[in-house]
Amino acid sequence: MARLLSVRRLWLLWGLVTLLLLGMAAAVMAYGGPRHLFLIGKTTDAHHQIELACNACHTDWFGGRESIEKSCHGCHQADLDEMNDSHPAKKFRDPRNADRLELLDATKCLTCHVEHNEDVTRPMAVTLPMDYCSACHQDVAENRPSHKGFGFETCASAGCHNFHDNQALYEDFLEKHVGDDWLSKHPFLLSRQEGSPRSPELKALYSKPAAAPAPAVPDAPAGIDFEAHVANGWLQSAHAANGVNCSGCHQPQGANPKAKSSWIEKPAMEQCAGCHSYEAERFVKGKHGMRLAKDMFAERDGLLGIFKEKRLSPMRPEMARLPMKADAAHRELTCTSCHAEHDFNTARAKVEACTTCHNDEHTKAYFASPHHALWQKELAGEVPAGSGVTCASCHMPLAMRKDAKGRTVLAADHNQSGNLHPNEKMGRGVCLQCHGLGFTLDALADRALISRNFKGRPSVHVESIDWVERRMRERGDLPPSRTTTAKNGQEGD
Amino acid sequence: MKLGKLITMSAALPALALLSACGSDGSEKAVSGGIDPQTFADSLHAVMASDRAVYTKRVVNRLQNDEGVIKASEHFEDDKALPLPAQMFRFGAEAVAEKTDKFSYQLLSLWPINKQNAPKTELEKDGLQYIVDHPGENFYGEEELGGKKYFTAVYADPAVAPACVTCHNDHKDTPKTDFKLGDTMGGVVIRIPIT
Repeated sequence: MARLLSVRRLWLLWGLVTLLLLGMAAAVMAYGGPRHLFLIGKTTDAHHQIELACNACHTDWFGGRESIEKSCHGCHQADLDEMNDSHPAKKFRDPRNADRLELLDATKCLTCHVEHNEDVTRPMAVTLPMDYCSACHQDVAENRPSHKGFGFETCASAGCHNFHDNQALYEDFLEKHVGDDWLSKHPFLLSRQEGSPRSPELKALYSKPAAAPAPAVPDAPAGIDFEAHVANGWLQSAHAANGVNCSGCHQPQGANPKAKSSWIEKPAMEQCAGCHSYEAERFVKGKHGMRLAKDMFAERDGLLGIFKEKRLSPMRPEMARLPMKADAAHRELTCTSCHAEHDFNTARAKVEACTTCHNDEHTKAYFASPHHALWQKELAGEVPAGSGVTCASCHMPLAMRKDAKGRTVLAADHNQSGNLHPNEKMGRGVCLQCHGLGFTLDALADRALISRNFKGRPSVHVESIDWVERRMRERGDLPPSRTTTAKNGQEGD
Repeated sequence: MKLGKLITMSAALPALALLSACGSDGSEKAVSGGIDPQTFADSLHAVMASDRAVYTKRVVNRLQNDEGVIKASEHFEDDKALPLPAQMFRFGAEAVAEKTDKFSYQLLSLWPINKQNAPKTELEKDGLQYIVDHPGENFYGEEELGGKKYFTAVYADPAVAPACVTCHNDHKDTPKTDFKLGDTMGGVVIRIPIT
C-alpha cells in the first residue's frame, strides 16, 4: 500500500513538474526570457537580428499561418509595391489560377519563404527548390524559343529574372540599354552639392525649402555646459547652416528653449525623426536599425508584473553574421553611430563610419578600388561633386523620395539592405547612373569582382541582353547607332 | 430560383446602381431578393466596357494618336506615359479582387500579347471563339474551378479606337497583325461564384 502511495506521489510530482515546465515554456514564448531555447532552427540572415522578438512575426498564438502572413506584409509590402512586384498576390486571386495555386500557392509568402529552415534555405531566403517557375511557365519555350532546353532552376539564378523585382531586367528595359557603353558619357551620381553636374536635373524635380538663418550662438539653456569643440562642430554642421540650434535636437518640439527641465541629454532616434522622418522610417527597415522598429520587444508586460516590457537593444556588430572588427563589437547602432553628434559630418558617414565596424573583403578592398580613388579626387576638389563613389553611394543611395508626410525630398535610403537582394536593384538605382546596363549586370553577377570591390572587369556574363539584342536584330528593330552590346571596360578600370 | 444562384444585394450594388441609372423611363426598378447571375454579369460588363471605351477613346487615343501630347506605354512609370487601356482594365480587376470575391473579371484573347492572357479553361476557349464567330453576341456558361462552381460570361472586346489597332498590330509580341477598327480583339470574362 505504502509503495502504491509512493508511486502515486511520484506520478503526481511528475505531473506537477511537467505542468510547471510547460507553463514556464509558454510564459517565455509569450512574454520573454531565454527564448533562444525555443528557436526551432537557424533563422535566415534577413531576420536573425530580431529572432528573439518572436511576437514580431508570431503575432497571434492561434492565428496560424495567416497571422504570420500579415506580419510579412506589415514589413515588406511597401517595398514590394515600390518595386512593382511581378507576382503580387492579387494577380493570383483570379479563379482561373486555381489549378496553379494547387501546385504553388503564390498568394502566400510562406509558400516560398519558411523561416528557421536552414537546410533548405537558398539565396533570397527561398525554401523551395529553385525550379519553382515551372509550376506556371511550363510552356515558356513555345513563345520564347530561345528558352528551349534551359532548366527551370536557371530562371532566377542566371541573372535573367527575379520572382518579385524585375525593374532592371524586363525586356523593354534591356532593349533601351542594348549597346550601352560600360561607362556613360556623364558618369555622375546625384549629389546634394550645389553646382554638381546633376544639379540642373535635381532642380527640375525639387525645390529645396529655404533654410532658416544660421544662428550665431548656441541656444542651450543656462546651466547646460558643453565644451568648445561641441559648439565648433555644430557651427560647421549642416544643422547650423540650416538654422537648427541646440534646442532643435535636445528639446522636444514646442518646448521653451530656455527651460533646462526639458533638456534631453542624449537625443534618440525619435528626435532625429522629427525632421528626418524618411531616413528614420527606412533605418528601421534595414539590418542596422530593424531591432529598433516598432513592436520589436524582447519582453512584454505580463503575468502580474513578473515580465516587464523591454525593447530589443540597438544592433551591435557582435551580433552580425558578416565579419566585423573586434574593437567595434560592442558599439550600438543608432543615428549618431554613423553621424557623429554635433558636426554630423556626412563625408565621414559615407565611408569611415562603415569601415569602423565592417571588416569583410568587399569593405577592405574599397580602399584600393577605382571608386575610392574617385572619391579621394572629389574630396580634393579635383573632379566635380558626384564623381566619387563611397560606401553610401551604393548602399544608401540618394534619390527623390516621399517622406512620411508625403513631401518629396532628396534623401539617402537608410535601409542599407534595401537594394542588395536582388542586387540588380542596386544596378538600376545606382550603377546605371554611371555605367551601362550590360556591364552592370555582369559586374553584379560576379561574386569575385564584388569581393574586390569592383577593381577589374567582370569575368561573368549575363546573356539576357544579348538575347534581347538578337531578337531586336531579327525583327529589324536595332537602330544603326546601337549595333552591338558594348564591351566591358578595361582591366583596372 | 435557387438560393445558391442569388447574388446578394451587397455584391450587386454596382449593378443595381447601373440598372437604376439605365432605366429607360427613368423609373426605379423594384429588385427583391437579388438578381440572377446573367443580369449581374451583363450589368457589370456594361460598366466595364463603358469605362474602358471612354479611357481608350477620350484619353489614350486623343492624347497619343490625335494630339500627340503623351504616349501610352506598358512601362508607363519608366516612360512617364499613360497606362495602356488593357493595363487600366487589369489594374481595376486586381483592385476588385482585393476587395471582394463575389465576382472577378479578366481581359483575355485568342491573340494575347502577354501569353498569360490566353484562354486556359475549356469555357474560356469556347467563349472567346464564340464571340469572334458571332459578333454582337455574348457567351454564357458554368464551370468548376478549384472545387467551386462559377457562372461565367464572355463578352466581345472590340477595337474601339485606332490606338487599339495600331498598338496591337505593331507590338513585337503580337501573334496577329491585321486587326481592323471594330474587330473583336479579345473578350472580357466575368465569373460569379454560384455555390
